[in-house]
Amino acid sequence: MKKTVAYTGNEAVAFGMKQINPDVVAAYPITPQTEIVQIFSNFVADGLVDTEFVTVESEHSAMSAVIGAAAAGARSMTATSSAGLAYMHEVVYIAASMRLPIVMQVVNRALSGPINIHCDHSDAMGERDSGWIQIYAENAQEAYDNLLQAHRIAEHPDVMLPVMVCMDGFIISHALENIELNDDAFVQDFVGSYQPDHYLLDVENPLTVGPLDMFDYYFEHKRHQAEAMRKAKQVIIDVGKAYGEKTNRSYGLYETYQLADAETAIVVMGSTAGTAKAVVNELRKQGQKVGLLKLRSFRPFPHQELAQELQHLKAIAVLDRADSFNAFGAPLFTQTRAALYDLPDRPQMINYIYGLGGRDCDLSQIGQVYQDLQQVVAQGHGGEIVRYLGVRE
Amino acid sequence: MATLKELAQRPERFTGGHRACAGCGAPIAVRQVLMALDPEVPVITACATGCLEVTTTIYPYTAWRGSFIHSAFENAAATISGVETAYLALKKRGKIVDKPMKFVAFGGDGGTYDIGFQSLSGAMERGHDIVYICYDNNAYANTGIQRSSATPRGASTTTTPAGKVIPGKPQNRKDLTGIMAAHNIPYVAQASISHYMDLTRKVEKAFNTPGPAFINILSPCRLTWGTPPEETIDVARQAVECCFWPLYEVENGNWRLTYQPRERASYSDWLKRQTRFKHLFKPEVKQELLQELQAEVEERWAKLQARCGSENK
Repeated sequence: MKKTVAYTGNEAVAFGMKQINPDVVAAYPITPQTEIVQIFSNFVADGLVDTEFVTVESEHSAMSAVIGAAAAGARSMTATSSAGLAYMHEVVYIAASMRLPIVMQVVNRALSGPINIHCDHSDAMGERDSGWIQIYAENAQEAYDNLLQAHRIAEHPDVMLPVMVCMDGFIISHALENIELNDDAFVQDFVGSYQPDHYLLDVENPLTVGPLDMFDYYFEHKRHQAEAMRKAKQVIIDVGKAYGEKTNRSYGLYETYQLADAETAIVVMGSTAGTAKAVVNELRKQGQKVGLLKLRSFRPFPHQELAQELQHLKAIAVLDRADSFNAFGAPLFTQTRAALYDLPDRPQMINYIYGLGGRDCDLSQIGQVYQDLQQVVAQGHGGEIVRYLGVRE
Repeated sequence: MATLKELAQRPERFTGGHRACAGCGAPIAVRQVLMALDPEVPVITACATGCLEVTTTIYPYTAWRGSFIHSAFENAAATISGVETAYLALKKRGKIVDKPMKFVAFGGDGGTYDIGFQSLSGAMERGHDIVYICYDNNAYANTGIQRSSATPRGASTTTTPAGKVIPGKPQNRKDLTGIMAAHNIPYVAQASISHYMDLTRKVEKAFNTPGPAFINILSPCRLTWGTPPEETIDVARQAVECCFWPLYEVENGNWRLTYQPRERASYSDWLKRQTRFKHLFKPEVKQELLQELQAEVEERWAKLQARCGSENK
């Protein structure tokens, strides 16, 4: 039974949470995530879910409480943005190292300072090495679909890692889109029930969680964590495929768009992929061989797959909605570029840092990028490798 | 209430072999707390980062027979509130056996008075059915004896050293037990490892009161205080006798002294036996400062007695 509704990203995600009906949610409001907490509170108040909802006093406590709940054996969720995610930072790492399959909706917003409530990816990028899986959405439909897949990925025995499901603040979270909802029975069946192997409330088999780990064991535990992230790649593919079999909306680690015969392409994450697709369509009509790769899974980073998909291109522009302030390139660029290092014939690669603090990234900016790529091809070199798009210099 | 004989026969929930210093007050507090609990009832423990955590759970060893979680320094209260919430959620859904369990968090004064204060306040205000125990040793002992807001005025610590100009910590202590009482939670108490029956009675009440409970337990650190290990209990007792650490409880808003010293011990004598205060007596006795310190203790004691509705003896 398919049902199409007009939902904002936040409404879609909150509705997804209702369908998942997790054991425990602990969350704290922050723009632009606030609506998720509010809508979910209504579901709790009206008895539409039987989730235990903890109205914590901060994001640090939100993550701490879901760590406690998940370690105790409960399927646990939270949601946040920007400063809230940064405030959680310490415990975000702890959740991953404890191998707790927590799911967190991140509504991407710029980090302070200066304070800004609008979209960029600097918040999630600040957690990119925290050991969480990170999945990005292009639109509200994907945000909803990603959320429904997250627990199956997180709780897979090969993985047992927390998942950050990311969507662009305001651009997706507050924009009304037609999306297709799954029926509740399907979601319940697809997500399944959660039965951890070891948990605190299994009092017959007591457990010590979070002990002091010195130089004699710490490294091995981190090594196991790294291996779980490697294994997560196949699980994300399998879960995305299984989801598609039932919904006709399949997902993988990334999506290619007009890429097979393209000469130049953009690599991007999030809502800007939609804008770029429109530009690709336009340029294709003009006979230009342009394409797009939209990365869905930033963690794990599908480096071999990207090398395979991008090897035939002459020039690539990687678009980052965050800066690394490393006097070089931004995170998506440096990783994509590294992924292509072993290719015998490496494409030219340039980086565009765009859309910081919610600066609109429109069709003309993306058009400019494809035009610049043509120039790079003509010149045979990248020129200025790291560039800023849509900023007053 | 369980008798001492009964307590002694209860199986240990907290084992020996941990690596706390000889004469450390914290494991004494933990042992007494867990012993006070009905042996039939499982307890899940959360612990803040600190001496207690680092000395009792060195992977792959654990001193905790029941389930235990340590997450970070400042979040023991939030963590145990998550565990308690999971218990409610899983019980409601029939995913765990429906039997009573208890939830306790331990934090030192650093993890409780200071860095974990917000998390504690939030968890108490939300009304979780948890017991939070502060083992107050008056300093950040784990990192090497820095001052905390529980450090008494005049104490020399590594961040408030007694110097040529400044004689130890300039500020008075935070009244955390009073602040917790101001949360209007069902049960708040102040106890000491030296008065174990008083402590046991308070822990029993805390666990048997539905909703949040907080107990602040004086647990001397011999390295911080500068006392011989065999005197830990005695120096704690003297802290009670000189009214530096009165024993009382606040049950549903009713303040009550649970111990009235028969003969007030001298605060100055208590200070004198601890090396953290030795600069107050050598090379010369800092009479004026000592009087101010004494006056502060008197003022707090008088206020407490007024709240408890009793006269000074």
